[in-house]
Parts: sequence; C-alpha cells; structure tokens
Amino acid sequence: MNMNMNMNTNTKLTNFPLRKKGVLFFLLLSMATFAQGYPSGKTILDKVDNNMSAKTRVLTATMEIGTERTKRTMVSKTYGEGDHKAFTEYLAPAREKGTKMLKLDNQLWIYSPATDRTVQISGHMLRQSVMGSDMSYEDLMNDKPLLEQYKADVTGTETVDARKCWVVTLTAIIPDVNYFTRKIWVDTERYVPLKEDLFARSGKLLKRITFSNVQKVQGRWFPMSFLYKDMLKEGPGTKMTIQEINLDAKIPGNYFNLGSLK
Amino acid sequence: MLLLIKTALRSLIGNGLKTWLNVFVLSFSFVLIIFMQGLLEGWNRQAVKDAINWEIAGGQYWSQKYDPYDPFSIDSSAAVLPETFKSEYNAHQIEPVLIAQGSIYPGGHMHSVLLKGIRPDQQLLALPTNRLKTKDSNDVPVIIGMNMAKQASLKVNDLVTLRWRDVNGTFEAIDIRVAGIFKTTVPTVDLGQIWLSLEQLQKMTLQPNKATILIKSESVSTRKLTAWPFKDQLEMTKQTVSLVKAKTAGFTIFYFIFLMLALIAIFDTQTLSIFRRQREIGTFVALGMTQPQVVGLFTLEGTMNAVLAILAGACYGLPAFVYYTINGLSFGMDTTSFGIPMGDKLYPVFTPKLIVGTILFILIITAVVSYLPARKIARMKPTDAIRGKAL
Repeated sequence: MNMNMNMNTNTKLTNFPLRKKGVLFFLLLSMATFAQGYPSGKTILDKVDNNMSAKTRVLTATMEIGTERTKRTMVSKTYGEGDHKAFTEYLAPAREKGTKMLKLDNQLWIYSPATDRTVQISGHMLRQSVMGSDMSYEDLMNDKPLLEQYKADVTGTETVDARKCWVVTLTAIIPDVNYFTRKIWVDTERYVPLKEDLFARSGKLLKRITFSNVQKVQGRWFPMSFLYKDMLKEGPGTKMTIQEINLDAKIPGNYFNLGSLK
Repeated sequence: MLLLIKTALRSLIGNGLKTWLNVFVLSFSFVLIIFMQGLLEGWNRQAVKDAINWEIAGGQYWSQKYDPYDPFSIDSSAAVLPETFKSEYNAHQIEPVLIAQGSIYPGGHMHSVLLKGIRPDQQLLALPTNRLKTKDSNDVPVIIGMNMAKQASLKVNDLVTLRWRDVNGTFEAIDIRVAGIFKTTVPTVDLGQIWLSLEQLQKMTLQPNKATILIKSESVSTRKLTAWPFKDQLEMTKQTVSLVKAKTAGFTIFYFIFLMLALIAIFDTQTLSIFRRQREIGTFVALGMTQPQVVGLFTLEGTMNAVLAILAGACYGLPAFVYYTINGLSFGMDTTSFGIPMGDKLYPVFTPKLIVGTILFILIITAVVSYLPARKIARMKPTDAIRGKAL
C-alpha cells in the first residue's frame, strides 16, 4: 500500500499499481501459497488495486489531528491523477486556509499564504510531520509500488470488524524502505484493506492504520475513513474522513503545475 | 603636595557625616562592581573548563558534512574514520563520536533526542562511559544527563523505547536501559542527548567504522585535514564566552546606576562646598596659592572620597570576596535545564587586572566629577571670594 500524497487525501488505497517485473518470483510465490489454500500476496494486492484504483479522483476530506490534550480539524480538497500527481488545497481552519501542496513524482512543494512563498520539501525535511499529524511527508510521498519494495506473503486469515480478512505480510526486499515489515488485513470479499500495521526491523509495532466506514463508491468498495496512529505515542492519532469523493473525474491539467500553487 | 593632601583630607573629614555617606555609597558601588565582575569571570572560567572536560577535550575534528545547527543533515553527516588517526585512535588519544537523531517515548510522550555513540573505555571526557559496557548482547545501556532524565522522567535502570532510522532511512525501534545518570553543567552533553556505545550505534544505524566528530586529546598535535576540519577550544567555547560577555554587558547598567548615585552625591557635595567655602578659597589665593592650585586642592579633596571608599570597601569587601571565593555563591536554581552552562555554585575569580582596573576607573571618574564643579574657582575674583560674593 502506498502512502503517497493521494493517501493524504484518502485515496492512497486506490493505488496498488502492479509491475511486470518479478513476475516469475510471484508465480513461484503464488504456487507456494496456493498450496496452503491461500491466494498469493500479489493476487490479493492486485484485487485491491483493481477495486480501488481510478485514473483520477477529486475528494474533500477532513483530517482530525489529536493529541492527549487537544484536537485540530482540517478540511482539504485534493485532485489526484494516477500515483504521481496530486494537488491539495486546505480549506479550513482559517489559519491553514489557502495552504497548497503539489506532488509531482517524487517532488513536493508547499505554498503558504502567510508568507506568500512556495517551498520545496526535500531530503530529510520529508521526515517531518504533516501539519503536526502522525503522518510524515515521506509517508505521503512514497508512491513506489509495494511489490517493488516488499515480498508479499499471505500468512493467514483473521477477522477485523466482523469481516474475514486475508493477512498479507510484506517484508522489505530493498534497503531504503521506511518500514521493514508491514501487515495488511484485506477484506476477503470486498478486497479493501481494513487494517495495516507498520513494523521496525526489530519487530516492534510502530504505526497502525485502521480503515473503516467501507462504502461502495461508483462501483468500488472504498474505506471512507481511516485512523493513522503512532503506536509508540499516546494520543488518539490522526483521523481522515472522506466527505465527498468523485472517481475518474475530469481534472484540468493546470492543477498539476507550480503555477497552481499561488 | 603632602601639604595639599593633608589639607584636602582634613577638609574632607571635617565635612563629617556627608563625607562618610558619600564614601559608603561609592565603596558599595566599588565593591559591587568588583564582585559582579569577579562572579562573571568565575562563571566564564568554570563554563569553559567544564566544556573542555565534558565535551571538547583538546578540540574536535568535524566531518565535513556535519552542521550541528542543521537537524536535517545530521543523520547523513557521518564519514569513515580517517586512516591517519589510526594510532591515536588505538591509543585513545582520538575518540570518535557518531551522532544520529532519534526519538524516545517515556510514558507515551515523544521526545526528540540526539544519539551519541562513544567508546565506553574513552578517557578524554568526564562522561561516565564505563557504564555503557554490557555483557548481555540484547541489553542496550545508555547514559543521560540529569536534566535529560528530569525532562523525560527517567531513572537508572528504566527501560524506554527508542526509535531511530538507519542510514537507509528505515525505522528501527528497541528498548534501551538507562545505565547511568550523570550531573554536568554543560547543557550540550545533557539536554536531549543520549550517550551509548559507539559500536552499538554504528550497528544500529548501519554505519560501521563511521563517525561524525573526532575528539582530540590535548596531548596530540593538530593536523590539517580537508575532510575533517578542526575546531579548537577557542572556537568551540566561543558561544559560552559570548554568553558571559552578553551578561557582563547587561550588568553594566547596574554598575552605571550605582556609580551615578555615588558620583552625583560627590558632585553635589563639591558644588556646595565651593559655594560655602568662597572665603576660604579667597584666603588661599591671598596667601599665595594660584587658582589652578586651589582647583587642584578641591579636585583632590573630591577624589579622596574615592580613596576613602576604596579603603572602606576593602574593609568589608575583602572578607566577603575571600568567603565567596572559597565557598562559592549559590543561586538556588538549576540553570543548565535552560541551556545555560552554570554550576550549582559560582566561584568568583578576582584577578589583579580586575581589582586594579576598577580602582583606577573609580579614581579617575571621581577626579573628573570633582574637577567639574571646581573649575568655577578659576573664574573667581579673589577679592569677591574673600567677601564671599564670588558666586
């Protein structure tokens, strides 16, 4: 699952792009897992991808950033095209209103109306928190297909929110990944992820994403809400709720250039 | 001259309580200036000495990419240990320190920290690094400063989760054990710092044989390396010295106020004295003294306030100076937690330069203040002065 900027606006789940590289590897993997009665990890991720991906999406979402003492709510509107282009504008609160973010491939720019400046977020700055939430820019930017970064194994079935799920365990196959291991619980019927755990190399659980309020949107199952929680930290985490979503909508091309930020 | 001095002293003492009041105020200013300056000098020396003992040793070589003020580049600033220092490294005359960023989560609260890896058997710094030695490979002992422990509510043997990223950016997390808590006046080795074994940190961040800074023993001569620019003690303590200098400048306002009070009193006394003693001035001139000599006499009389103030100040100031030099002065607060390198007690240092300089300064300024009203004498008509009608 790619925590790209689209995910920030809750459409991360639409992106399970498949790549032809490593087909042999996945065939072998599929044979092994089918032998245990489970589909392969690739098959499941493919199905999630087919269910949720769209060419474009326009959505309005709220982001509730909770700490132990306070809670802030932000509203944003996002226009996304594929995995590599996304434009987000913050609509509320007044302090953040007018802040815009543009993601083009692996580059990210932020425009702040308070300073009337556009800043490119790069390098180690990507490790910073997005608007004080539990997510980092890096979490949003990572648009590399999961199967290019991880070996996917189905390790069992479990029930999440009274839904039977495949447990897909992803183990890093390249060194430069944020999380060495991931575990995704995918609904066996609707092919929607309901939970994802992100682990350190040591096996310590670092973050948990819980997806809820799964609805059918333009013929696809879609979780309309998710909670992103840093498991080492106390506090309620960051909750994203999609208020409005429009898949395969026509987006003018000028949204995805730097001129759109000002 | 001796006669002038005797005459001036007699007149001054003849002024009675007014003179002693002036002398007391001036002596208080004088003692206070010396004491405060001594206190700041003591603080400066203590801060520099502690920084050398705890952090700098004989100076540091910094990896070219290292910029302590750029948190975004710290994780990627380590470089391979230079071969040229191999013998010094083996002899513990050069101690490599690897620096990485991390977060700890005591009680579910996130604290950003700097992880500093140093060899447990190092001898260059006062850090109790021997507590970093461990027999159990699963145990990651760390040492932290008292202020860090206080901020994070940690005690010895507490376990806390540490999260960091390796050199590839992959998150890693383990539980670390607080093996020791040290007390230091150097905030830069305490606040937000976690010290652990160099080997352990190299392993954790996947940076074998790498370091961010190299701490040099004072016994080793300095070498010029392009990839490892050298920072000497002077450069490394520049900030501390600047801080003390800024404080010194801040105190100047108090000196100015105290001194002004004393000098205004002297000026006032001189003006009144010249007005009241016109006949005396006229008599001096009539007896053969030139007007500049009379001006000199009155200036000397005013300046002798400072001489008496110095003597009076020495009477009660010296025992106080000796007492505080030996016992120190406690402000009853821990300033290290604010990032100010100050010990529990400050031991003032009174240098001859400070004492002589302050004495000369006060003598000169008192002479000037005494001279200003005395100038009127030069413009007096002796005949009018004898009749008391010159002013």
